[in-house]
Amino acid sequence: MEVKGTIFSINGPVVKVVGSDGFKMYDQVFVGSERLIGEVIGVGDKHTVVQVYENTTGLKPGEEVVSTQRAMSVILAPGIIGGIFDGIERPLKVVEKQSGAFIERGLTVDPVDTTKKWKVEILAKVGDSVSGSMIIAQTPETLQIMHKVMVPPDVSGVIEEIVPNGEYTITDSIAKVKTASGKTVDIKLMQVWPIRIPRPHNGRVNVRRPLMTGQRVIDTLFPLAKGGTAAIPGGFGTGKTMTQHQLAKWSDADIIIYIGCGERGNEMTQVLEEFTSLSDPKTGSSLMDRTALIANTSNMPVAAREASIYTGITLAEYYRDMGYHVAIMADSTSRWAEALREISGRLEEMPAEEGFPAYLSSRLAAFYERAGYVNTLCKKEGSITVIGAVSPQGGDFSEPVTQNTKRFVRSFLALDRLLAYSRHYPAINWLSSYSEYVEELTPWYEENINEKFMGHRTRLIAILQEEANLNEIVKLIGSDVLPDDQKLVLQTARVIREGFLQQNAYHPSDTYVPISKQFLMMDIILYLNEKAREILSRSIPISQIIKTGIFEEIISIKYKVDNENLGKFDEYRALIDKACSDVIANNEVIKR
Amino acid sequence: MNIEYLGLKSVSGSLIVIEGIKDASFEEIVEIKTDEGGSRMGKIIELGGDYAVVQVYEGTRGLSKTNTVTRLTGRPMELGVSKEILGRIFDGAGRPIDGLGKIFAEKYIDVNGKPMNPVSREYPRNYIQTGISSIDGLATLIRGQKLPIFTGNGLPHDELAVQIATQAKIEGANRDNFAIVFCAMGVSGDVADYFRKKFQENGVLERVVMFLNLSSDPVGERIITPRCALTAAEYLAFEHNMHILVILTDMTSYAEALREISSSQNEIPSRKGFPGYLYSDFASIYERAGMLNTGSGSITQIPILTMPNDDITHPIPDLTGYITEGQVVLERNLYQKGIYPPVSVLPSLSRLMKDGIGEGFTREDHPDVANQLFAAYSNVQEVRSLASVIGEDELADTDKKYLEFGRAFEREFISQGRDENRDIDQTIDLAWNLLKILPREELSRIDSKILDKYYPAENTP
Ligand SMILES: Nc1ncnc2c1ncn2[C@@H]1O[C@H](COP(=O)(O)OP(=O)(O)OP(=O)(O)O)[C@@H](O)[C@H]1O
Ligand SMILES: [Mg+2]
Repeated sequence: MEVKGTIFSINGPVVKVVGSDGFKMYDQVFVGSERLIGEVIGVGDKHTVVQVYENTTGLKPGEEVVSTQRAMSVILAPGIIGGIFDGIERPLKVVEKQSGAFIERGLTVDPVDTTKKWKVEILAKVGDSVSGSMIIAQTPETLQIMHKVMVPPDVSGVIEEIVPNGEYTITDSIAKVKTASGKTVDIKLMQVWPIRIPRPHNGRVNVRRPLMTGQRVIDTLFPLAKGGTAAIPGGFGTGKTMTQHQLAKWSDADIIIYIGCGERGNEMTQVLEEFTSLSDPKTGSSLMDRTALIANTSNMPVAAREASIYTGITLAEYYRDMGYHVAIMADSTSRWAEALREISGRLEEMPAEEGFPAYLSSRLAAFYERAGYVNTLCKKEGSITVIGAVSPQGGDFSEPVTQNTKRFVRSFLALDRLLAYSRHYPAINWLSSYSEYVEELTPWYEENINEKFMGHRTRLIAILQEEANLNEIVKLIGSDVLPDDQKLVLQTARVIREGFLQQNAYHPSDTYVPISKQFLMMDIILYLNEKAREILSRSIPISQIIKTGIFEEIISIKYKVDNENLGKFDEYRALIDKACSDVIANNEVIKR
Repeated sequence: MNIEYLGLKSVSGSLIVIEGIKDASFEEIVEIKTDEGGSRMGKIIELGGDYAVVQVYEGTRGLSKTNTVTRLTGRPMELGVSKEILGRIFDGAGRPIDGLGKIFAEKYIDVNGKPMNPVSREYPRNYIQTGISSIDGLATLIRGQKLPIFTGNGLPHDELAVQIATQAKIEGANRDNFAIVFCAMGVSGDVADYFRKKFQENGVLERVVMFLNLSSDPVGERIITPRCALTAAEYLAFEHNMHILVILTDMTSYAEALREISSSQNEIPSRKGFPGYLYSDFASIYERAGMLNTGSGSITQIPILTMPNDDITHPIPDLTGYITEGQVVLERNLYQKGIYPPVSVLPSLSRLMKDGIGEGFTREDHPDVANQLFAAYSNVQEVRSLASVIGEDELADTDKKYLEFGRAFEREFISQGRDENRDIDQTIDLAWNLLKILPREELSRIDSKILDKYYPAENTP
């Protein structure tokens, strides 16, 4: 039976509807004569409240609102990877064809092409008993991603019919499953899933593998875990987007879902252009072959911004269920929170801190909770890593979104305005950032990279900490009066900062650095530190070592040693030895 | 459609409520006739069963509950455009005020615009030479960029904006396809006059479209002024393939107008009383900069905003910085030292610069030189604070060099004449002369090959 009502009032994206009790919470609706897409967000005794995902200009009271009688959902099917969608999964390339360079309202477009034929390989046979998320077929979605065709999570039974290998569209039925209750369900390449409900899995597994990013300050100091959560807070221009782009380009996830939530249009254009032309370091195919973009830019309707986060994570869960490691970047979760605030304000709800609704915290928790390393229903391992940018007003981390996010993430990469001003990039503050995954990941680093890895890491952090303490003194009296061993701390810390932590995203080889090289860089810095200390113990002044230029040499390793040419580190070791023995020899001459 | 309604339910702030209204649509424009026979405009901002809340652009002064007549226009706010708008002056709602008569409109466009599809954008890549060293060298303006000037009361932002607008050399732009759209929001008549006079002196007035909502003009109208201006800009850029430089001043007055209206609607404020949607509202203006892959036109925006108390963390500069592609920050200290333009180098940044400079655009050594200038000047700050503690004489020799570099950099590089137009070669050569004050080993941000070419080793003092 059709459920429909009429518009009673309009206030921005919030529309109140009268005339029917049939609307259900979170149902998708069509609003007005232009059939704008909306979602039921409140069912009261007088009105049903709908948030509209498109601009409501021109709507009139009395126009019709029709329920689709289905929760706000996304289509899950091959064709998502490589695409760019708005916050409610409308493909922007198709939108462009229909409405030109500027986005019109009331467009109805299929998220993925329903006419394209996919080359499907069937993996099950008649008589097989199947249950939710079991894989019955596969099709190469891109050069890189094999799309697994799964039985929908809520279906189980016996395969009655199945098609042979061949070419099928996403709406073709490729199998019929008879369920226990005797119903026959068509299985297609396509599924539909409500965005606000997490897709089921078979239980969480502890994280134990890092998400390698090729970014030294992250992989070495504040590692991310596959299935983990991370936040990147920072004032404007501190490098949130750059960092997210770097992670999207270089991290070793199988699939990237990149959500531009309330940010710049140009940035999405840039990702699209760059990712299409860049090739994946592992496979050589285009980066878009593993990426889906969701672009709800800051000038697009605010309600769709709220939905974009859920759209993104639902796509991620779908690929996780196939057994992939998915990383999802949300830039910026603050814009999502502001969308919540705006809608909440229009509903005249009681605000909590800074006008944000009291449920901000629980919504954030629920979102990050959808990350994780899991056993999938089809008995594989898959993961979702969530990395959210946070844009605190005034760069002040005490504001509600940063504070609440901090409770639910375990890696915290704090961007620092002063570092950005002095062009120390990535401007991740090494004193206020942390990763709670270090302990869980230690075995992995020690087995796969080097058993000294974590020891070195600790040493690096200690030196940087010591530098921070010394800087307090230097500020007051200058560095000249410090004893030489403390001057050495400052020198080594400088090498760590400039030669290791600073990483140039625009440099062809520095932009991505494999973890094996990260270890060697760390190793050689500490070696230099040790040798220099030896020299100091002979009462030779540090200025003599500085004069050899060896500190600069080591700093320049990041540009001079290619990622493929790690043998060169031995030469640098020899260089250090030589510089040191020269200094010693010189001194002996002077003494004599 | 043309039904008139007599009387209002209530009047408060800039809002009126009309009852018994039929067939109104959300955000349509309402014409309001006053007792004295005047006519005003307003927009429906909330619509209920049979009432409408209307925000009156020209304010509600003198409106009575009983005698006011309202009429629905059935249309959103529109601007009539044609190429005739070049050289013309409009009020804040897009009505001609230069006495040259009406515009014969080729079409009417909804001033709210529509979001540009990211897929249809062309990523901005080509630099604009402004002739100002601190900008060209360190925060290069790119065609299609939105790059605001963060300034303070009494600083020379207007002079700087004029200088940029008149010196700007945009690739592909010439006298026929370049124009300036100037949008004044809440600035004084003097400021508007200053711009007009300068444009005239520089002989570009016939290439300028002005939209003026002055400080004495209605606050409500201020909300539509930038939208009118950007509609004109979009029309010229995307329908006539022109290169448009849009100057928006002062975004702070704009935001304050928004705050005033928001509070009269009893909305829940976020920081400093500004509405929670200030970010989205700003974005609906700033995101209208850019280029399309279907044409050759461009919109480059230079919004000017005065930071209340010179505070960059105030919501207005803060939310602007979160949307624009960098910022040029002016600094009072420098200005007091007599430096024009007083561009504060460290917080100033052009985010699109990297793709528009270097070989093929400006010069191969530009990226490294810019980087090095930042690094060196940032070190100067540290040395200065140290010197203020221990005294300049106690500084190490290199540190003394840094102080010398810092002074020269401010006096010779940042500072320049109000009509001085330096091309990019002059700017970068000047930078090298200054960098040579420092020992060669200090220039660690510059590739050694480039260093060898521009600062050969034997030069080392
Ligand atoms: N890793 C990096 N390497 C080189 N440059 C960087 C790096 N990170 C940031 N930058 C510089 O800082 C600028 C701003 O960075 P980004 O756009 O990522 O900031 P943001 O934190 O996302 O700001 P907003 O909140 O306004 O979006 C970049 O355009 C670039 O010039
Ligand atoms: Mg960003």
